[in-house]
Amino acid sequence: MAKIDSAFFNLGYLDRLSYLDTPVHRLDPRSKLITSLIFIFVIVSFHKYEISMLLPFMLFPVSIASLGEIPFAYLAKKIMIVAPFAVMVGIFNPVFDRGILMHIGDTGISGGWISFISIMLRFILTISAVFILISTTGFTGVCLALERMKVPKIFAVQLLFLYRYIFVLIEEVHSMMAARALRSFNGRGMGHKVAGGIIGHLLLRTIDRARRIHLAMHCRGFEGDIHIMRAMKFRPADALFIVAWSSAFLCFRFYDIPGIIGKVTGGMFR
Amino acid sequence: MHMADALLSPGVGGAMWAASGAAIAYSTKKIKDGLDDKKVPLMGVLGAFIFAAQMINFTIPGTGSSGHLGGGMILAVLLGPHAAFLVMASVLLVQALFFADGGLLALGCNMFNLGFFPAFIAYPFIYRPIAGAVRSSGRITAGSIVSVLLGLQLGAFFVVLETVFSGVSELPFRSFVLMMQPIHLAIGLVEGLVTAAVLNFIHKAEPLLLDGGIAQRGVPGFRKIIIGLLLVTTVTAGVLSWFASKNPDGLEWAMFRVSGREELKNSGGSIHSFFEELQGKISFLPDYDFTSDKKGDEKDPHTIQKVESRSTVDGGRSLSGIMGGCITILLIFFIGFILKKKRK
Repeated sequence: MAKIDSAFFNLGYLDRLSYLDTPVHRLDPRSKLITSLIFIFVIVSFHKYEISMLLPFMLFPVSIASLGEIPFAYLAKKIMIVAPFAVMVGIFNPVFDRGILMHIGDTGISGGWISFISIMLRFILTISAVFILISTTGFTGVCLALERMKVPKIFAVQLLFLYRYIFVLIEEVHSMMAARALRSFNGRGMGHKVAGGIIGHLLLRTIDRARRIHLAMHCRGFEGDIHIMRAMKFRPADALFIVAWSSAFLCFRFYDIPGIIGKVTGGMFR
Repeated sequence: MHMADALLSPGVGGAMWAASGAAIAYSTKKIKDGLDDKKVPLMGVLGAFIFAAQMINFTIPGTGSSGHLGGGMILAVLLGPHAAFLVMASVLLVQALFFADGGLLALGCNMFNLGFFPAFIAYPFIYRPIAGAVRSSGRITAGSIVSVLLGLQLGAFFVVLETVFSGVSELPFRSFVLMMQPIHLAIGLVEGLVTAAVLNFIHKAEPLLLDGGIAQRGVPGFRKIIIGLLLVTTVTAGVLSWFASKNPDGLEWAMFRVSGREELKNSGGSIHSFFEELQGKISFLPDYDFTSDKKGDEKDPHTIQKVESRSTVDGGRSLSGIMGGCITILLIFFIGFILKKKRK
């Protein structure tokens, strides 16, 4: 039950964030989607022992989240929720890869730990990029961007339907689960047979609903397009956004910024 | 299990995206050809249904834990393979965006693992022949359990392949397979049971619904998709791998495969000792310890090179690197702080 509540809360909250009005929110969805994809692609292109060169990439999520007024605490919480998975797979690296790669003073650090840290960094960067994309663009924005980028229309339109009805159906499931829990004693009726019946009922209702929706839409002139009020315009600012960030990513990819900073500051102290 | 961005290499991620993208394009074309636009709202609402149905959990007999539905097979039975694949892909997209299950690059892998296999393999080749044209609840049950099981096994196996080919995780092929397949056998059994319960319910309540898939006879041009997918995948993988891997992942993987197989075959023991002896005699590369359990990973030539080049880094320089890293992070958060201040 807690899971449903939290899922609902998450969807609703992310949805609300996407209605804010900031410079980031005003950008064209396409520019944000493309930049995020480039960001993720550059991140995963590093070899598995890279740590220091990944650090400058934090600039992207941090500055976009600040400009887009996405609370850091919320982002951190979302990342923590999914972290166990990355830890679970990554933790095998220190077990299998024990060659010493680096020395700090006298302690040697094995390649496994270095690649483990690298995995965690990649994980934080890629996940935060996704959350920032969705919370500054909104699902509708992403779908429209996809459609403009030549993703098949059927796919985009049914994605919009899907998103619209998730909220309705989750509420329905919520009350069904409450009803089941209230009638169950000692865990009876919580097994897969009853669940199958419940899901079947939900399915029948869903299909009925889809029929009614389709009829209603036909009456109002639906011909396979969904029209949205908010116009999408690709302005010079959008092009600048893509070009500026992409060149920053390339710069971070090929120049070891932390190394240079370290050298400069080290030189100052000497 | 969802594949994650952090474990992917660009080559594998891009190749799987190309495969899933091709499957999306093919499926939409098929739907457009045969359509009735009635199906589009139905598809969307069923996607939301799968999403909601995944939240109905149930206790798994014999254990304390609870499971939930995956949904790919129900979709395939209701909508047919093409629409089912599209709906599954959209459900995964929503999950990737809102719950960070996977990530955007890994989405291609996940669509393939969790959408392609149930819709295009398990449904037409297993469920349909077993459940047949004359449906009975026994046949439906058998069909859904076997097909869900197989679909999940294939999906899990591909997660392993994708992880190992990417080479970011050190998990060796053999132990990863031995871990993933049995877990997904259990998951698949439970999921199959629930799928059977749902389909039997529909069979009793409104049997015509199940014809959605069956009315579309055959899966024409199936061989064409496979060949197309293979082509796209290899081409993309080839092109991308120029950019991608300078590290020896492919080699490592091959080594795992080789050593893994040797160990599997020689449970008899005599061949094993023979190879061990042989290896001792011809060990012109003494550092390649093929038979050891650690698979000689850190003794890989490239890694050695890296070890050397890294370990020649004196303490002073690596210290300056760490310092530089800390300063970078501080700078970034300072910038973020300033930007935030400016907004207010």
